[in-house]
Amino acid sequence: MSLAHRIIPCLDTDGERVVKGVNFVNLRDAGDPAALAARYNIEGADELVVLDIAASRDHRPTFLETIRRVAAELAIPLTAGGGVANVDEGRAILRAGADKLTVNTAAIRNPPLLTALAAEFGSQAVVLAIDAKRVGDHWEAFVRGGSVATGIDAVAWAKQGVECGAGEILITSMDKDGTRSGFDCPLTAAISRAVSVPVIASGGADTPETFLEVFREGRADAALAASIFHDSIQGLGALKQFLSEKGVSVRQAG
Amino acid sequence: MNIALVEYGAGNLPSVERALSRLGVESRRASTPDALAGCDALILPGVGHFGALMRSLGERSLIAPLREAVSRGTPMLGICLGLQAMFATSDEAPGDVGLALFPQKVSALPPADRLPHMGWNQLRRARPSKLLEGVPEDAYFYFAHSYAALDAGEAGVAFCDHCAPFVAVLEKGNVFATQFHPEKSGPVGAKILTNFLQQAGSKG
Repeated sequence: MSLAHRIIPCLDTDGERVVKGVNFVNLRDAGDPAALAARYNIEGADELVVLDIAASRDHRPTFLETIRRVAAELAIPLTAGGGVANVDEGRAILRAGADKLTVNTAAIRNPPLLTALAAEFGSQAVVLAIDAKRVGDHWEAFVRGGSVATGIDAVAWAKQGVECGAGEILITSMDKDGTRSGFDCPLTAAISRAVSVPVIASGGADTPETFLEVFREGRADAALAASIFHDSIQGLGALKQFLSEKGVSVRQAG
Repeated sequence: MNIALVEYGAGNLPSVERALSRLGVESRRASTPDALAGCDALILPGVGHFGALMRSLGERSLIAPLREAVSRGTPMLGICLGLQAMFATSDEAPGDVGLALFPQKVSALPPADRLPHMGWNQLRRARPSKLLEGVPEDAYFYFAHSYAALDAGEAGVAFCDHCAPFVAVLEKGNVFATQFHPEKSGPVGAKILTNFLQQAGSKG
């Protein structure tokens, strides 16, 4: 008996439709979020993440409606975020039906936001998302959808974020994102060693072996992927079957 | 069937409502003492902070009515923080008193493993359970918490092991509770809710 490693499909949306790109650019339409959510709920996803990568204030009501539509399809936990800058915006996302919210840019600019969110909703509802890129001998945190360098060390920031109240870290490797060349195991392991909260690895998912690597070498508690699931390159059931045969604890659908 | 979801300003009512409505059961939200009266069953959902929950219940004058409903025999299901609220006290809010349906306390899980305990885990059954009837022994349930009741005497019918063994399913007479979220636990979670509703149905 042990905590299962989670497999988490991610829906990057422009607020309304699922979009995808490589290294955060060249976005194209990948479907209706509620339809994909319904599929993943049945196929055995352990959780779903929905992000508003446009995160423009004008589109926020549309995104909240998307969260409602997605939540209606799910009997599994839902994490949502994108552009959350204060407690009220966090509350709106949770009220729309998310169980947890991600916060990224605003938390780097204002770390006490994590403390305020944790005090209001509990640490278990606050996921610190970090977009990191290799720079020399370390990883640097980037903000605004990976477009702005911060000069902040990603591992140190993860540690500080947890001290401020984050209950989980979602670490995305910008070097690996969309490349289907495997997760960034050294980055994930560095984050995982630095913090006591669960760590979700993101960016680079490909074959079942890449998931096995990130759970073993990357010491991830959960692994997130988008296009390999959206395009049916990888089935959730087959992936979990593979991991289970390799001795990784996973929850089989049913 | 008249199912009341206790509304106290936090918690995650919509997901419980959706889970019930998928089972063909409509529920209503109850945020006043009057609204608690006359229901066939009560559900106390919960996410957030023990102290905040108890203060919200207090501000709405719901603590005594909840305890009275339990003594009248109304089936009650606590979920996550709703389970914790049934205890006397919690490490999370040392100054606050819970519903005290159970005399033990809620403890901070020792940091032996990653916390919060977040994700899908299995149960270890200790006693016969109505909620777990027909649920496969190896089923996984969704947990998201850092505090837990380590002991509930005879009422602890199933346990989970993460950082320490803790009470995952609680049953005593008409009082039921789960530390996990049945409304987020897929088909096996739906089975737990169905089993609880059967208790409510058999009450009339």
